Order: sequence, then C-alpha cells, then structure tokens
Amino acid sequence: MSLLRAILAHPSGRIGGVIVGVYLLIALLGLLGMTPHDPLMQFRVDRLHAPDAVYWMGTDLFGRDVASRLMLGISQSFVVAFASVALAATAGTVLGLAAAWFGKGWDGLIMRVMDVLLAFPAILLALLIIAVVGPGTWTSVAAIAIVYTPIFTRVVRGPALSLKTRDFVDAARTFGSSRHYILTRHLMLNLVAPLTVQVTLALAWALLTEAGLSFLGLGTQPPASSLGLMLSDSRNLIEMAPWLLIFPGLAIMIGILGFNLLGDALRDILDPKMRRAAA
Amino acid sequence: MTPLLSVRDLHVGFGRDPAAHEIVRGVSFDLDAGETLAIVGESGSGKSVTALSINRLIDFGGGRITRGAIDLRRADGGVIDLAAAPERALTKIRGGEIGMIFQEPMTSLNPVLTIGEQIEESFRLHRGLTGRQATAAAKDALDRVRIPDAARRLKYTPHQLSGGMLQRVMIATALSCNPRLLIADEPTTALDVTVQAQIMALLAELKRETGMAMIFITHDIGLVAGIADKVMVMQAGEAVEQGALDAVLDTPQHPYTRHLLGAVPHFEAGRAARSDYRRPEPPVAPPALTVEGLTVRFPVTGGLLRRRTGNVHAVDGVDFDLMPGETLAIVGESGSGKSTTARAILGLVQPTRGAFAANANTRESGNRAPVQMVFQNPYASLNPRLRVDSILAEPVIAAGGRLSAETTARMTMLLERVGLPLDSLQRYPHEFSGGQRQRLCIARALMLNPSVVVLDEAVSALDVSVQAKVLELLVDLQKEFGLAYLFVSHDMAVVERIAHRIAVLYAGQIVEIGDARSVLSAPRHSYTKQLIAAVPSIDRRHETFALDLRQVPSLIRPLGFEPEEAAWQRFGADHLARAEG
Repeated sequence: MSLLRAILAHPSGRIGGVIVGVYLLIALLGLLGMTPHDPLMQFRVDRLHAPDAVYWMGTDLFGRDVASRLMLGISQSFVVAFASVALAATAGTVLGLAAAWFGKGWDGLIMRVMDVLLAFPAILLALLIIAVVGPGTWTSVAAIAIVYTPIFTRVVRGPALSLKTRDFVDAARTFGSSRHYILTRHLMLNLVAPLTVQVTLALAWALLTEAGLSFLGLGTQPPASSLGLMLSDSRNLIEMAPWLLIFPGLAIMIGILGFNLLGDALRDILDPKMRRAAA
Repeated sequence: MTPLLSVRDLHVGFGRDPAAHEIVRGVSFDLDAGETLAIVGESGSGKSVTALSINRLIDFGGGRITRGAIDLRRADGGVIDLAAAPERALTKIRGGEIGMIFQEPMTSLNPVLTIGEQIEESFRLHRGLTGRQATAAAKDALDRVRIPDAARRLKYTPHQLSGGMLQRVMIATALSCNPRLLIADEPTTALDVTVQAQIMALLAELKRETGMAMIFITHDIGLVAGIADKVMVMQAGEAVEQGALDAVLDTPQHPYTRHLLGAVPHFEAGRAARSDYRRPEPPVAPPALTVEGLTVRFPVTGGLLRRRTGNVHAVDGVDFDLMPGETLAIVGESGSGKSTTARAILGLVQPTRGAFAANANTRESGNRAPVQMVFQNPYASLNPRLRVDSILAEPVIAAGGRLSAETTARMTMLLERVGLPLDSLQRYPHEFSGGQRQRLCIARALMLNPSVVVLDEAVSALDVSVQAKVLELLVDLQKEFGLAYLFVSHDMAVVERIAHRIAVLYAGQIVEIGDARSVLSAPRHSYTKQLIAAVPSIDRRHETFALDLRQVPSLIRPLGFEPEEAAWQRFGADHLARAEG
C-alpha cells in the first residue's frame, strides 16, 4: 500500500500508474468479453464506418467494431507480454543467481550463452525462434521470454555478486545457514527492488515486440485480435479509413509510455539512496 | 591586524529549504597565520560541513550557506567574504590559497593517471608551469613530503602505493601552490596507527616550515593534542566550546567536552588494563578455544599460463589458547593477518594448515555452536530487508531449531540484556542507530549460546562515546555468560579496556603475546614498541615523533618457502616475545 502511495506521489509515476491501471482494466474487460459489440461480429452494412456514437472507433473492412477489437487486442497483447516477462524473469533470476553463486565455470558458461543471445537484435531472434517452431500465441510467448531472459540474468547476477560478499551473508555462513536460506532470504529478498523495475520496463518492450511479431503475421493469428495484427490488416486503407491505424497505433504508444513512466518512477522509489534523501 | 580567516555566525543548511534543515547553526571562530584549529566532534556534529563551507565545496554536496560571513585575508592584503563570493573567484582560491586533504587517499586520486601527472596539474593550473618545469616542481613537492625516491615514484599510478604514501601525495598536491590555509578532513582515519603517527609528524613539520594555518577535523581528541593550538568542540551543529588547546583539554567547561574526554577510551600504557581475571594455575577448565599452527596462504599466479608462482602468507603459524571468561585481543595493522585469523576460525576462509578446537560453554546448557562472530560494520552485517525477529531467529533455524516459544523468550531476554526496547522485534535494521545495530549483532551472536565470540573490529565503526558503552556491555555479558572473547582490533586504547591478554600480529605472525598490562606497559618486541609509541594520547601531547619510513615487508613468498621456527624469549609469568634476528 505504501508503494502505491509512493507511486501516486511521484510525478511520472502518477501518469504511468494511471495509464497502466486503465490498460489493465481494459484488458480485463476484454478478457471477460465485456466489449461494446462482439469483436468478431461483421456488421456488413456498416463496413468502414467512421467513428460515431455507435461505433466509437469506427469499423474495419469487414464491418467489425474497432473499439471492441482494440479491447480484445489489448488483452491479447497483455497476456502475451505478462506471460513472457514472467517466464523471462523466472528463468533470468535462476540463471543469474546460479552464475553468481557457483561462479567460475558456471558463471562463464551461463554468461557467455547470454552474451550470444544478447548479440542478436530482439525482434530478429524472436523471428528466428518462430521460424523454427511455427507461428502462434504461445510460440510468441516463448520467443519473447527467451529474448528477454539475458537481461534479467544480468540484472540479477550483478547485485547478487556484490550481495554474496556482504557481511550479512558471511554472518549467515558462520551460523551454518543453509544455501537455500541464504539464497532466498539474503539474496532474493534484496533483489526484489531491481527486479520490480526491470519487470515493468520489460513489459513495455514485450508489448512492442508482440505488436511487431503480430504485424509480421507471426504472432497472434486471425480472426483473434491483436494490436499489431490490426495495424497490419489495415495498412492499405490508411487514406480511406485512417481510424483503423490511428487507434491501435495510439494504444501501443500510450501503453509503452505508461510502462516506461511507471518503471522510471519505481526505479526512483525503490532506490535506497533516493529513499534516504526523501526521509 | 585582521586574522587570516574569520568565520562569523555561520549557518549551513541542506535540502530544498536550507534554512529549515540547518546542519551548522551559528559557528564563529578566528584563525591566524601559522595557527592550527582542531574541530572535534562525533559523526553528524557538523564538523566536516563547517570546514567544507570555508572553501565552498559544500555547494557541490547540496548544501547552502544560509547566513553568516567567512572573511579570508588574501595574499595581497584584501579581504574576501567566501560566503558570498561567486564561483569564478572561488576556483582561484581553492587549491591556490586554501588547500584541502581528505579522509580517503585511495579514492581522492584518479586511479588511471600517474601521481606525477596529478601533481603537475595543480602546478599548471595555479602557477602556469609546463613541461619539464612542472615535472621538476612535482618532484620537489614529493621530496617535501618525504617520499623516498621521488623521481621514480612520479611515474607510479595510485594502486602501486600504500595508503600512507598516497596520503603524502595528497598532501604534496594540496601544498603545491603554497596555500596559506590547509583544511585536513580526518586525514588519518583510514590509515594504520603507525602510518597515522608519521602523517601527523609530517604535518607538524610542514606547518613549521611553511607557516601556513591549518584546520584539522577529527573525531579523536587524543590525535589533535599533539598538533593543535586551538580546539573547537562541536555537537549537533553548534560549537559548544572553543579555546586554547591546554585550556580545553585540562579544564573543559562544557559538559559535552567533559563527556568526550571522559567517555572516550584514552590509551594509558597498560594502566587501564582489566584486572578482573587471572589465569588459574594449574588450569581448572579446558580452554574454550585452542589454535595451533594456524596457517592461511593465498596462491599468487602469474605469467601467460596463470601458473602458481608463489603464496601470500597471510597468516603464518599462529598459536594461542583462550580460557572461558577471558579476552584475548589480537592487535596489528592492516595486512597483519588479524582478520584472516578470525575468519579462518569461523570457517569463512579455508586454512592451509593448522588445527583448532573449540569447547562448549560449560556454564550454560544447550550450546549448539561454540564460536560466533560480530563483524566490524553494523550497517553491512544485518540484512536490510529482514525484520529483527527474523534476524535473531536465523542462527536458531540454521542450527536446525524451530521458532518455538523458547526461542522467542531467548530473543526478548537477549534484547533486554543488550539494552534494546522489546518492540525492536517488529522493526527493520534501518530504524536503528549504528550502536544499536551493533547491539543487535551481539544479541544475534549470543542466540546459540556460544562459548567463544569473535569480535572483528566490533567497535571500530562506532562513534567514540557509543564505543565506550558497547565495550561496557561486552564486559558485562562476558561475566554473565562466561564468554571467551577473541577481540580483533587495531585500536590500542580500546584493546586496553577489554583485553586480559594481547597477541601482537605482524606480517602474519605473532611477535608478542602475554598479559595485557605487561605487554602494554613494557613492550619487548621492536614492532610492539613502535605500535605503542604511535598511539596518540592526551598525556603525551608534547612529545614529538620521529619520521619512520620503514615499509611492512612483502608477504608474497616463493613456492615452498617455510618461515623459520620462532624463538621465544620469556619476560615474566605470562609474556612472550619473538626473538629478533
């Protein structure tokens, strides 16, 4: 609760927090099917209808309601982003802790593999994985997770290496505390703050990557909706029906902005140095 | 004639509203050329802020001078108010008229530039010297601070020099433009005691040679006794007492000054040693800890193939035993192997050779881990994200115990015993002060009812008056629980208050061991003598130290090197010293 209050007190945290909150609400409504119209229903008479009181964001080439499809697309994008970041964070934490704790050969092996993964541009690596496995929602989750694992591994390994040499870890060794206890209580607990920041920022990137993959037709498959897919479907109609691109484009932009603002705010709030200055 | 520096009603604040968050509140003093003012106080008293305000370095630390004047008489006779001077005028004054040396010589120098380049920079900026002239001036500056072989040392980068040498380089840089005022902010706190004595002697000599004024900031009132003309005692941002050195030290007026002089352990050459324990003859109980031939070596590798070329002999054949209820202090300077010895006994470092045996506490039952440790830095040895109850429970859980009512009862008992409120259990470490945290660490070390507690510089990070209270607590706990202490420290004054026996460690070996009073009052080994002579004290303020440039021998030995068997000379019932060849 105090974290929520701190976010709302932070200037960019307030904006980012509200945006992310609204998106989460939209995603939830989309998942529950509480959209203004059925997103798959084709209103044939109202094809390419401009935005008005009935169709808030107009309709597409098949007469489907853009606002409803947008809500569904946001929930789809969020599911992919959250699932992939959760996977990446878990894998990265385990790998980063292992590299820091076991050191030597393990550290070298894990970090070199991560370096190789990082050497590829994110979208290219994701494309490569999908090209091998074949397109689909869960393939893109796996691909995005693999792409962002090295970042989490690095974020965990650095602080874990320094925490490992802190006096309280030495003290724990003198009591004979188990490895499990030291890793969870002394290392993990102190990694929560950097991980929270990284998760928020990674969500923004995962949203963008998902949109990119869908745009290329390798992510979510029609007739399901996704932000990238909506852009891709309507890119030839930009002069006839600009609302088909403007609304999904804005949705992607504002969403990423929200997560980035929130991430920056969390970085400030969770940084112990900043907290000391505020106190 | 106006004084060199005249500070009037100085107020310094921090934060968004400096006037509301004042750290220094109304400090005034005068300083004449050739005089030394010592500003004494504990951490947070505002002593460093006062000094940093004089050359306005405080501006870069987020501080603002909210009120008052700092009048500096310049070389040309004009007077400038530094509190109101623009930044451009200050750049000329900093380094040119006011020199400054800091606490940490290791971090004050740029690690990638040679020390020659760094000294020359000052000559280039303030005196316009270039090329060979600047190099020659830099060599002269190093000669002036008595750095042997100055011409060659100019090409060294900072990591090739010891802390004492680096502080000399800092002093050389600060003096490069003949400043008329030198500000020294705890310049010896990070240094060993013998090195500290050398730096103090050097500063005193330089002051005589150049006639500059000096402001010396310290928390150690004994240290300033030999060098200061005037003393200003600060507490909570105010100067509570100031006056001539002898007047303040001999007849302190303010209660806080009296408290500082009284509470702070001063070295008294063995007169203040404890007399509450005598080793029984013959021994009645088995020793709590026996250490035999403890040796710790770290490999040194070199060359392309990273072959092992030698060993660092960090600890080389250390023997001692420790009786229940007894304190053995291990003293020595950095690199002497005292912390490595402690860490090896706790199993944090793998010993190369040697045996140690710890016996369970006979007075109390339920002993599960005979040796426990308290670390130097109370800010680093408690996990900031765990609550105190989890912190205290950790040793019990590690020993396979459960969080039972018995455990909770022991927690509350120990908290009360170390003088912390009972609601501490629900709080986090950052809610406690340094002294309270160290009390927590002591309580944690006692959770498993050990027979031996290793205290590694356990009071060194604490303020002097807090130190005295923690030492008292340790003595009380020792009597109550029958604990044996292995007290590792570099601070002779503290050691004198707590030790029954002292072992002096030098280059990984014990050079002298025995009864505390005997070792401190009549040291036999030349290194012990040097160590004790270097301890600053109020009593010996009028003595002067000779400059001693001896360096500690290298601990890196070739493969297969074994030290000679020690030959011991006995001086009295319990006092041994290693024979010197």
